[in-house]
Amino acid sequence: MADVITYRDAVAEGIAREMRRDASVVCLGEDIAAAGGVFKTTTGLLEEFGPGRVWDTPISEQAIVGAAMGAAMTGMRPVAEIMFSDFLACCWDYLANEIPKVRYMTGGQVTVPLVVRTANGGGLGFGAQHSQATENWALTVPGLKIAAPATPADVVGMLAAAIRSDDPVVFFEHKGLFATKGPPPPPGHVVELGRAAVVREGADVTLVALASTVPLPLKAAGVLAGEGIEAEVVDLRCLVPLDAATVLASLGRTSRLVTVEENPYQGGWGATVVSVVADEGFTLLDAPVRRVAGECVPLPFADSLEEQVIPTVDKIVTEVRRLAAY
Amino acid sequence: MDATALLDRYERMNVIRRTEKAAHDLFLQGLVKGTTHLAAGQEAIAVGASAALRPDDYVFATYRGHHHALARGATPEECLAELMSRATGLCKAKGGSMHLTKAATGMLGSYAIVGSHLPMAVGAAWSARLRGTEQLAVAFFGDGATNIGAFHESLNLAAVWKLPVLFVCENNLYMEYTPIADVTAVPRPAADRAPAHGIPGEVVDGNDVVAVEEAVGRLARRARAGDGPSVLEAETYRHFGHSRADPAAYRPAEEVERWLKHDPLDLARGRLAELGVGEETVAGADERARAVVERAVEAAKAAPPPDPREALTDVWADGGAAWRT
Ligand SMILES: Cc1ncc(C[n+]2csc(CCOP(=O)(O)OP(=O)(O)O)c2C)c(N)n1
Repeated sequence: MADVITYRDAVAEGIAREMRRDASVVCLGEDIAAAGGVFKTTTGLLEEFGPGRVWDTPISEQAIVGAAMGAAMTGMRPVAEIMFSDFLACCWDYLANEIPKVRYMTGGQVTVPLVVRTANGGGLGFGAQHSQATENWALTVPGLKIAAPATPADVVGMLAAAIRSDDPVVFFEHKGLFATKGPPPPPGHVVELGRAAVVREGADVTLVALASTVPLPLKAAGVLAGEGIEAEVVDLRCLVPLDAATVLASLGRTSRLVTVEENPYQGGWGATVVSVVADEGFTLLDAPVRRVAGECVPLPFADSLEEQVIPTVDKIVTEVRRLAAY
Repeated sequence: MDATALLDRYERMNVIRRTEKAAHDLFLQGLVKGTTHLAAGQEAIAVGASAALRPDDYVFATYRGHHHALARGATPEECLAELMSRATGLCKAKGGSMHLTKAATGMLGSYAIVGSHLPMAVGAAWSARLRGTEQLAVAFFGDGATNIGAFHESLNLAAVWKLPVLFVCENNLYMEYTPIADVTAVPRPAADRAPAHGIPGEVVDGNDVVAVEEAVGRLARRARAGDGPSVLEAETYRHFGHSRADPAAYRPAEEVERWLKHDPLDLARGRLAELGVGEETVAGADERARAVVERAVEAAKAAPPPDPREALTDVWADGGAAWRT
């Protein structure tokens, strides 16, 4: 393997590794087979595993996720692709009502080991119906695990954990990260779900980020370091299970908190993180908490407009400066 | 069908009818909370279809699914205990009337979102194909479900992937309170649309257990042979209203009368007589069914309520419900 791998290639690599080790792993979705996926995230799977394991579907989001559910209930480990995360709304019944509830309402009789992968978020100028960060939709539903990797190695490691999980996992791949590169993961790389990573250490402020927003606080931290402010950056990696322990531990070192999320402020995951901190880490805080989040508007098309409404390095730097001065 | 087999089907239908009656009575006594959607009148579809299936085939049903759960191996005691919120309920009292499920016998659930389970049945059939078993999946649904998008997505996907799945529509003429004909452009809501998806669509008398078993058996053989899915529209009638809240006043009296005369149990009794089965033998089956259901009611009544701690189990595969560290 080369010494760097793109986030995009890591997706196919992560799926392929699991398909090699477990014959019950199968893929289905629109344009995922011969075409290799609209984002080229399933390239090579059809060639290696054949049409018996990589299935092109019609444009039928309910049937894709509903069939994945039925297959998962009966011995398979399906990996379903929903092309853009906005389209999760078309099969929302399965994510909100069926998949996450069936174990509970059958008193534990049924297991649904499936992964729904989807391309999330903005940054590519696709307009309001192809650019939303929708991980919060899933966060409102008890019974779904939510993974959102920020690096190619995490894509592979978290896909391994997600596909092996006996619980349903919604796996958000960020469109804005597909072209990014990183070190390739070693063979057998698995990143346990619900383990956040401290990706930069610092003593003055904790910046909590996810997927597309991880590179932003890392850059902001560089700027802030020049001003004598050392930021610690936590990559949450998963929203469920939520690694609150790592956030609280970081806050114990820094006493200041900023969450950085792409989705709208209204109902965003940052609010959940902040509420846990307010509840259990209030005495750790030396300043108010801040949330850098998307504005409550549909994502606009033009880059210059998009920049107004989603988190940027500048917005993070500004918030941290205000907190540092508090 | 020979007399022994028919007597068996009759007794099974009788157990279901009596369990439904018990559910009704227990509701009136305040012992069943929420609501129930009784399938009294529709027993022949569940019993006939189940008799034609293998024990390892998969069944997916709707909130009107008591009859399917019972036909697929759930006991009256487990079902009534579930309705009565007892620890011994089929789903540990976490499901209730609308979600009777017995995975161990292939009864993979009752779903209360209309049409939602059709894609799941397609997925189960796909899985059977992938694993190289000759299992089938059957989705039972109402006429109302045929106007839901998932119905069409499922028929198309099952057809293009040529999957061993049977779509069995229980057309009881009403989708809740509205006659299906008032809101549907074709007279046979399921069977008429099947050919548009490249699938055969058949109609059967859903109150005739012999006809249902024969039709499902034939379509099942076809599916197992690799010839793909089919749609069976079973014409039937529910004896009660849509749910507990519904006295069904919207149904014309002569329609009700006509259908009550075409009762699945009466039809089976008539056929048994034709086959020379004596009244005493039939009475014996009635008596056995009565005794089973009576014991089930008593046992369910005597069972304890669920342990409150159960409220926080069974979300995840590890048995727990923790969402954070
Ligand atoms: C998606 C959805 N819409 C509406 C309802 C409310 N609802 C419950 S049952 C029902 C009627 C369904 O009729 P049909 O499919 O014919 O089944 P039947 O009750 O006759 O068995 C409706 C509208 C629902 N449960 N799910």
